[in-house]
Amino acid sequence: MRYLPLTDSDRQAMLATIGAASIDDLFVDVPAEARLSGTIPDLPDHASEMAVERHMAALARKNLSAGEAPFFLGAGAYKHHVPASVDHLIQRGEFLTAYTPYQPEIAQGTLQVLFEFQTQVARLLGCDVANASMYDGSTACWEAIVMARRITRRGKALLSSGLHPHYVSVAQTMAKFTGDHLAYETPELDSKTDSQKLIAAIDKDTSCVVVQYPDILGRIEDLTALADAAHATGALLVAVVTEPVALGAIKAPGAMGADIVVGEGQSIGVGLQFGGPYLGLFACKQKYVRQMPGRLCGETVDAAGKRGFVLTLSTREQHIRREKATSNICTNSGLCALAFSIHMTLLGEKGLRALAGLNHAMAVQAAGRLAALPGVTLMNDSFFNEFTLVLPKDARDVVRRLADRGVLGGVSLGRLFPTAPQIGNGLVVAVTETVTAEDIDIFAKALEEELA
Amino acid sequence: MTMLKEGRPTAPTPVEEAHMAPATATGNRALMLEEKLIFEIGSTDTTGVDFAVAPTGENRLGDLARADAIGLPGLSEQETVRHYTRLSRQNYAIDLGLFPLGSCTMKHNPRLNEKVARMPGFADIHPLQPQSTVQGALGVINELAVWLIKLTGMHGVAMTPKAGAHGELCGLLCIRAALEARGDARQVVLVPESAHGTNPATAAFCGYKVEDIPATPDGRVDLEALKARLGPDVAAVMITNPNTCGLFERDMKVISDAVHAAGAFVYCDGANFNAIVGRVRPGDLGVDAMHINLHKTFSTPHGGGGPGSGPVVLSEALAPFGPLPYTARMEDGSIHLIEEENVGEEMPQSFGRMSAFHGQMGMFTRALAYILSHGADGLRQVAEDAVLNANYVLRSLDDVLDAPFGGSGPCMHEALFSDKGLAEGFTTLDIAKGLIDEGFHPMTMYFPLVVHGAMLVEPTETESKAALDQFILALRSLAERAKAGDEALKGAPYHAPRRRLDETLAARKPVLSWSEPDLAAAAE
Repeated sequence: MRYLPLTDSDRQAMLATIGAASIDDLFVDVPAEARLSGTIPDLPDHASEMAVERHMAALARKNLSAGEAPFFLGAGAYKHHVPASVDHLIQRGEFLTAYTPYQPEIAQGTLQVLFEFQTQVARLLGCDVANASMYDGSTACWEAIVMARRITRRGKALLSSGLHPHYVSVAQTMAKFTGDHLAYETPELDSKTDSQKLIAAIDKDTSCVVVQYPDILGRIEDLTALADAAHATGALLVAVVTEPVALGAIKAPGAMGADIVVGEGQSIGVGLQFGGPYLGLFACKQKYVRQMPGRLCGETVDAAGKRGFVLTLSTREQHIRREKATSNICTNSGLCALAFSIHMTLLGEKGLRALAGLNHAMAVQAAGRLAALPGVTLMNDSFFNEFTLVLPKDARDVVRRLADRGVLGGVSLGRLFPTAPQIGNGLVVAVTETVTAEDIDIFAKALEEELA
Repeated sequence: MTMLKEGRPTAPTPVEEAHMAPATATGNRALMLEEKLIFEIGSTDTTGVDFAVAPTGENRLGDLARADAIGLPGLSEQETVRHYTRLSRQNYAIDLGLFPLGSCTMKHNPRLNEKVARMPGFADIHPLQPQSTVQGALGVINELAVWLIKLTGMHGVAMTPKAGAHGELCGLLCIRAALEARGDARQVVLVPESAHGTNPATAAFCGYKVEDIPATPDGRVDLEALKARLGPDVAAVMITNPNTCGLFERDMKVISDAVHAAGAFVYCDGANFNAIVGRVRPGDLGVDAMHINLHKTFSTPHGGGGPGSGPVVLSEALAPFGPLPYTARMEDGSIHLIEEENVGEEMPQSFGRMSAFHGQMGMFTRALAYILSHGADGLRQVAEDAVLNANYVLRSLDDVLDAPFGGSGPCMHEALFSDKGLAEGFTTLDIAKGLIDEGFHPMTMYFPLVVHGAMLVEPTETESKAALDQFILALRSLAERAKAGDEALKGAPYHAPRRRLDETLAARKPVLSWSEPDLAAAAE
């Protein structure tokens, strides 16, 4: 077995040192009836590297990858070009095969990256501080709701209808058990969001308003009025960003008054990977830092006075506080945070703005072309790189037929909101810098034929 | 001095103390390069990425264009590669040497798994693509699921949890849903004192009251105390097996039977599954739910603190309550997803969704490649060699270090020592920092909490006897120095990129992001 270095003579010598006659003697504490005498039946034995690679490649070939087709899916996961150096650097063994930086003297590489990452995220989202990352956007969103409850000591959260329905589902799952009250309605196919409704619904029991920006239908709007209304009753505004590239073009939620900003960082550096691992972003105002979940990296000095970095404020965390911790989270998405940070460093502000500008320009071009098709209308007044088309028939079936023709043409609202057939004609289309004019042309022609 | 006729010396002058390690002007030490922050070396006008010129068109951003300076510095590609390469060299890693962190299972990460995970058919597919275009991905999930079920002797598996603690949450939510389905509102979860901190934190996070179960003097769950506490208010007992003292809970089946008789469920923390994989099936011990850290037992890389992945195997009683999305294989061999749309017909008791998409697909491909490489025979060998290596460490050092449970028999995959017998004023921390100078990552320290000054050593099966012997040599030397009261040990590490760091200062005046120096000074 190529990964196991012990030889039989090593094993015999080690057993002699231990004073055991056989390996079985080391398992003496396992009751005899629970000890398996041979290998588990119905499972194959070990295989060569070549055989395993062949097997996995055969499975990979059964998938239609995004790079093989005109590709327009978004809705919480986006295809962006990741520079080759990002993947090269995250595969350096010193990053890839390191553990959580519990011994800071020999983990300054990871720690400095986390400190830089926290700063990049805080600046991008327009907040004072960010943590070292969460599992993904959906779990970060729930953690933000819990944090707002801790801060306000109120148990009712108002969820915007523009919030990703899977994020809503995650929160609803948890709220069933924690007793938090969540107010939520599915969205309508309207260029206006439900902000006015949310403002009217805020009351003295409201812990927070949770709003996605850009929202699940691609709509963008100024959050200032919502923030002001929330703050007027002592509630918090939680903003959720699932496409962080947008913040190279549009105002940061923190700058519009959001108290906690969470998001999905996958867009920058991470790649689609069928939904995971992804990267939860979590940032907030300075005054709430001790209520944050997750790991935080901070600056300090060593015994010789040199600058260095450590994990800090860990008295919030489970390994110290156990059942009184702010969250049960233990890992973060370290390697994804590294990928995000490297990609962001390559981009810099100049590159990020260029990337965002290109995304928006391609999306505007696609929206114009697609909305000109017979029977198709563009729902949005404004958008970044994602918008909603209203088709003359159920979009779910159209998406499946497009896939059969080799076009990955967006996410249907039927897939996202299976219990809301009244919006089933909606199709959410994302257009990033990876889309070419030719892709738009192929998509438009295929869609026109499917609708004819 | 030996030199060529042009004056170039060809052999070194013998080093004298006075010539050792003078300070350098840059602070660099040859291959060990100091590296500033990107905010100190980059500029917002620099970029390492080129883009096509955007087509001209109207602006549809409303009035939301971002006008403020964001403050994100960029670097050219070469500067970027150097920055992160230099930083990487300040990290210890498995690729450099033995990484004996107890309960963390830092084993070799095979590179085939990295290659497989990067195949475009896995790395470049969207979670919401039509199911007809992702049959291979669903196949990976299903194939891995079958392995996990068979290796554990359980009934079903929830694949979506994103890490071990998320898996614990999944298991407890299944238990709570199952109890609620029978109208039973139990409020208490029992957790042993030696448990990982995530266990009580998870129970509290989903609304349970947590109570401790004491340990026996031999480091195991106190069965009588547990039995005495069981009652109609107890929803579940969370047990780590093998436990965090590195011992197998001999009474596991008896515990399970007692818990079930009292109407409660058994949650097993599977963090230490590496010790028993292929040799013992938790399902045979009465476990109802157990998370499996793919980043431990199945070797997906830890990446400096994640991403993890924590599928949860479930008993027949709990499987119907698992989370969405769930994969199901049809009679024609195709695999389909159970999501919100069809959950009503196919899995009506599911507790719902706990993360946005399908879980850690990038970890599934790696773990499956690892499992297929080992096969049933190789996985059994993994457990045997992991346990053998740990016992070899235990018996090679128990004459110089106190092994609190060493007298009760062999350990499983990790060896536990305490600080008993060190000279006055010497601590576990001193030994840990001394190991850094010897070229090793320290063991887990001060955990489990049930042992004073705990040192928990988990070598894993991928260490050779030669590597273990060198580690034993280092730890033996440090133990002897700490017992002899060698003051120099208190200053360790001397040879790492940094000396001991001031964690008190970091927590008292938290600096969590970088500020321009004039702004930082103004804030003082």
